[in-house]
Amino acid sequence: MDSCVKIINEWDIVAARQLGRNVAKDLGFGTVDQARITTAISELARNIYLYAGQGQVCIEKTEAVGKTGLIIISEDQGPGINDLRKVMEDGFSTSGGLGAGLPGVKRLVDEFTIESNPGEGTLIKAIKWLR
Amino acid sequence: MGFRDVMHEKYKEILESYMEDQNEQALYLSQKFSRKSIEYKISPEEIISIHKTALMELEAERSDSVMPSFDILLEVMMGYGLAYREHQSLRTIQQELKSEIEVAANMQQTLLGTQIPDVDCLDIGAISVPARQMSGDYYHFVQDEQGAVSVAIADIIGKGIPAALCMSMIKYSMDSLPEGRHEPYQVLESLNRVVEQNVDPTMFITMFYGMYNTINHTFYYSSAGHEPGFFYNHETKEFEELYAKGLLLGVDKKTKYRQFEKRVDVGDVILLMSDGVTECRTEEGFIEVDTLIGYIEKYIHLEAQEIANKVYKELEYLQDFQLRDDFTLIILKRIK
Ligand SMILES: Nc1ncnc2c1ncn2[C@@H]1O[C@H](COP(=O)(O)OP(=O)(O)OP(=O)(O)O)[C@@H](O)[C@H]1O
Ligand SMILES: [Mg+2]
Repeated sequence: MDSCVKIINEWDIVAARQLGRNVAKDLGFGTVDQARITTAISELARNIYLYAGQGQVCIEKTEAVGKTGLIIISEDQGPGINDLRKVMEDGFSTSGGLGAGLPGVKRLVDEFTIESNPGEGTLIKAIKWLR
Repeated sequence: MGFRDVMHEKYKEILESYMEDQNEQALYLSQKFSRKSIEYKISPEEIISIHKTALMELEAERSDSVMPSFDILLEVMMGYGLAYREHQSLRTIQQELKSEIEVAANMQQTLLGTQIPDVDCLDIGAISVPARQMSGDYYHFVQDEQGAVSVAIADIIGKGIPAALCMSMIKYSMDSLPEGRHEPYQVLESLNRVVEQNVDPTMFITMFYGMYNTINHTFYYSSAGHEPGFFYNHETKEFEELYAKGLLLGVDKKTKYRQFEKRVDVGDVILLMSDGVTECRTEEGFIEVDTLIGYIEKYIHLEAQEIANKVYKELEYLQDFQLRDDFTLIILKRIK
């Protein structure tokens, strides 16, 4: 199964969401969690589309001791993010602090890591565990 | 049954009862349910899912066609859910900030604490109320061995934390003036140099410094752009402005301050204040000086502290209990 979607234009965001929904459904996530996962994917994919130009979003099953989950990996070789601390602050996103953006993604999932170096790109991993 | 299942069941009951006969009771229960779900941090999108499931369980056959519509609703509500959670986390942060400021305000009160001097010939009263949690007003009394009572009153233009920080600096420069008696103009000149060197040029400080000589009963004073005080002449029952002129602190390091003096007889009263008193604003604009004097006059026969308290109460009432600026009023009454 091809578990990655290349993000080049806006419609690829929809494809990434669809992939995320399918995997989430298969793993047995409920409707609310499915919606949370697809929202997180949307946000990450939209950031790639808007700020990095292109990149990819991969969705996979992940496992840890006694639990199963879904991992979203968003990766690009774009300009990177300068001040991660600022970006992860509530109320910073350009949407004017409506709770969306990266802090929103972090809230939607159970685990969230972000690595970014200016000029090199951004790598974000987000995991949602099955309850 | 887990908490969520309980909420689920509860919701289903409410829904079932309402679908049967649209009773108000069910609507009231819904309101209570809503409060409880907010309390337990159930997000908006989850509520929709609860609704959808309940509906499905209640009338599976009929509702088939509307079911998918909930997916759209759920997606739309997701954004509200995120905004709601952000709001919750910001609220926590705000609460933390608030208690931090409270601690700072308490520290400021301790830092700025000043003892009202105890001298036979004077009855002294003072009141200082910040508009917000921290005050940009400052007042301080000093009593020297020869019995002179000095009083400083300063106002940092601006309010809140920046003003409070700036004021701590004033307090320390006052404390570090060399020992011994200082003429008011000397105090202002030396503070002016400190402020000029240390304070952001956008911050302005006004100060009035007075020294009451308890031997010759003369009040010596200088002002650095501060609100003029008032002098009440007991014999003529008239008020006059304690005229003094001088540049604000920190504008020019070479500023010289003029010193004025006023003879004080038994029953006379000196009133010093910050602009939170004179610029007390009501719906109709600033209060008139005459109005202010009217209030003071009404209570002038009382003890100094009582005058201060009563005038404050009047002005507080006049402003609908919403101070727009820090309020400080100092009263020196010669009683012997
Ligand atoms: N993949 C990325 N590459 C480069 N910069 C990024 C990337 N993702 C985010 N950023 C930077 O981080 C900032 C914050 O992103 P975030 O998604 O939190 O908010 P936003 O996109 O500005 O607004 P919103 O997503 O709420 O509409 C962006 O404005 C952008 O400057
Ligand atoms: Mg974004």
